[in-house]
Amino acid sequence: MGVVTFFNPTRQTRVLPGFGLALGYTLVYLSLIVLIPLSAVFIKTATLSWGEFWAIVSSPRVVATYKLSFGASLLAAAINAVFGLMLAWSLVRYSFPGKKLIDALVDLPFALPTAVAGIALTALYAGNGWIGSLLAPLGIKVAFTPLGVLVALVFIGVPFVVRTVQPILEDLETELEEAAASLGANRLQTFAKVLLPTLLPALLTGFALAFARAVGEYGSVIFIAGNIPMVSEITPLIIITKLEQYDYAGATAVAVVMLVFSFLMLLAINLLQAWSAKRTGRNR
Amino acid sequence: MSIQVKEIHKQFGEFVALDQVSLDFPTGALTALLGPSGCGKTTLLRVIAGLETADSGRVILEGEDASDTHVRQRRVGFVFQHYALFRHMTVLENVAFGLRVKPRRERSDDAEIRRRVHRLLDLVQLDALAERFPSQLSGGQRQRVALARALAVEPRVLLLDEPFGALDAQVRKELRRWLRRLHDELQVTSIFVTHDQEEALEVADRVVLMNRGRVEQVDTPTEVYERPATPFVYGFLGAVNVFHGRIEGPHLRVGEATLPHEQTQVIHGAEAVAFSRPHELRIVTDPDTPHGVAAVVERVLTFGADVRVELDSLPGAAVRGEPAHYEVVMPRAQVDALALTRGQLVRLVPSQIRVFPSQAA
Repeated sequence: MGVVTFFNPTRQTRVLPGFGLALGYTLVYLSLIVLIPLSAVFIKTATLSWGEFWAIVSSPRVVATYKLSFGASLLAAAINAVFGLMLAWSLVRYSFPGKKLIDALVDLPFALPTAVAGIALTALYAGNGWIGSLLAPLGIKVAFTPLGVLVALVFIGVPFVVRTVQPILEDLETELEEAAASLGANRLQTFAKVLLPTLLPALLTGFALAFARAVGEYGSVIFIAGNIPMVSEITPLIIITKLEQYDYAGATAVAVVMLVFSFLMLLAINLLQAWSAKRTGRNR
Repeated sequence: MSIQVKEIHKQFGEFVALDQVSLDFPTGALTALLGPSGCGKTTLLRVIAGLETADSGRVILEGEDASDTHVRQRRVGFVFQHYALFRHMTVLENVAFGLRVKPRRERSDDAEIRRRVHRLLDLVQLDALAERFPSQLSGGQRQRVALARALAVEPRVLLLDEPFGALDAQVRKELRRWLRRLHDELQVTSIFVTHDQEEALEVADRVVLMNRGRVEQVDTPTEVYERPATPFVYGFLGAVNVFHGRIEGPHLRVGEATLPHEQTQVIHGAEAVAFSRPHELRIVTDPDTPHGVAAVVERVLTFGADVRVELDSLPGAAVRGEPAHYEVVMPRAQVDALALTRGQLVRLVPSQIRVFPSQAA
C-alpha cells in the first residue's frame, strides 16, 4: 500500500495534514546535515584514479586497521548487547539502594569528553595502573594492545544498549513470565522462548547504535591503543594521520571505504530487524 | 474436593489482603470469586495458582498439599485479564507452548502436538486463525487463544483472572455464554475472578462473595441474590434501597415513618439498617398513609417493560446528614395508573425488608 500511495498521491485524501511539508523538510535537513558533507567525501575521493584509490585503501597497514576497527567494534557491540541487557534488567526489575545513581551513571559515557575517557582508561589499564597492575602478573596486557581498543569501545557503547532495551523491558508485562511458568516452562525456557524474542528488536537497535558509535570512535581509543602500526591502529587514526600530512584525497579514500562498509552493516542490521518485526506480525 | 484452601493469610505491608480464608471448591464446578476491587479475590486466585505465596495457610489440589510447590509443578491453567499472549508466536505456537516446553521424555512429537493444538483450537472455534499472530486478533479471540493455551497442558484446575474485564459489553456477554458451554463440555474445576455481579450470577455454579480479605457468603447464584447473608452482600448484589433506623418492637422506625419487619435477631431499641430491592417497594400516592417512608419523585425512566422511578428522601428527613436516594421498579401499567409527576410527595411501602444490626453494615 505504501508504494501505491507514493505513486498516486492525489488518489487518497490524507487525514493528517502536512505530508508535503514534512517530507520536504526531512529531505532538506538530511541533505544539509548528512548527505552534502558525505558526498563531499566522495567528490574529493574522485580526484584519485581507480588505481591510486585501490593502492591507498588496500595497503597492508590500512587493511590491518579495518580488521581492528570493524572487528573490535562488532565484538564490543556484542559484549555490550549481553551486559547492557543484564544492566537494563537489573535497573528495571530490581530495586536497590543507589539505583537512581547507577541509572544516571549509565549515561556518563555519552557526556564525558572521549579524550578524558581514553586517558582515564589508559591510566587504569596501563601496566602500573590499578587494574593493569593486577592483570600484569597474569600475563594480560590491556593498554597499548587491541584488547585496550576493545575496552575503550565497550566503555563508550554501554549506554546505547541499556537505553534502547530499558523502555521495552519496562513495558514487558511480568504476566508473560507468569504465563510461561504456569504452562510449565523453566526460567531458561522462559528467557529463551518468551523474553529474548520480545526484546530482540530493541536489542538489535542497541547493538547497531553501539556498533556505529564504536566504528567512528576516535578520542578515547587513540590514548589506550598505543597506535602501533599493523597491531593497534584504528581506521579513524589513519584518516587523521593522512590529513595531518595534507593527503586529503587519501584520507577521503579511506573514509569512503569506512562509510560504505558501515552503511552496509547498518543496512544488514536494519533488514534483520525488519525481518524479525515481520515474523512477529508487528508491522501489520 | 478438588481445590481446598485452608486459613490462607496474606499481607502486603500493613494491608491485609486475605484474612484467614478457608474455602472448598467442588470438583467440576465453575466458581466465581466476586467482590469489589481490593477485596483480595485476585490475590486468592494467584495464591491458588502459586504465582503468589501466602504468609500462612495451605493450598490443597486434588488432595495433595501444593502449598510449597512452584507454579510450574502445580499444573494449573491460568488465564490473565490482558491475555498475556506471546506476541512473537502464532496462535498455533502460543497454544503449543506448554506442550513444547515439557521435558524431552514427556514431550510428544511435533505431529502429535499439532494434532492436539488443532483440536483445542477447534474447541475454541479459532482453527481458521491458527497461523495468525495475536496482534491480528480481536480481544475476544485473544482471550479464547489464552484459554486454549491454558487448557493445552491438561490442567487440574483452570483459574481465570477477570477474563472478560478488558472486553466491551457485547463481546463480554457472548464470551460468558460461551465459557459456560465450554465448561459444561469439559467439566474441569474452574475458578474465575470478577467484580461484575451480573457475570458471576450468570455464569457460575457457585458464587464466593469477598470483602476486605474475608469471605462474606458462599452459595448458588439464586441463594446469594435472594438471601444475602450480610449487609455487604445485600448492597453489592443488584440495586438495593437502604433504610437506616431504630428497632421498635415489630417495627423499624425510619425518621417519622415506621416499617413492619419480621426480624428477630436485632434487639429492641438497637440501631438497624434495612434493605429492600427496587421491585419490593410500592409507591403510595396518598401522603397521609400511616406506613411507609416519605419521598419525593425525582425522575421516571420509562424505557423497557418495567419502569424505574427514582426518588429522594425529604430534605428534612435526611438520615445521618445525607439525603437518601431510592429506586423503585414497577410494571409500566402500574406507574401509568399512579400518574406520577416530578416533585410529587409519595410514600414508599416495602413488601419485604431485611434488617441487620447497624454496626455490621
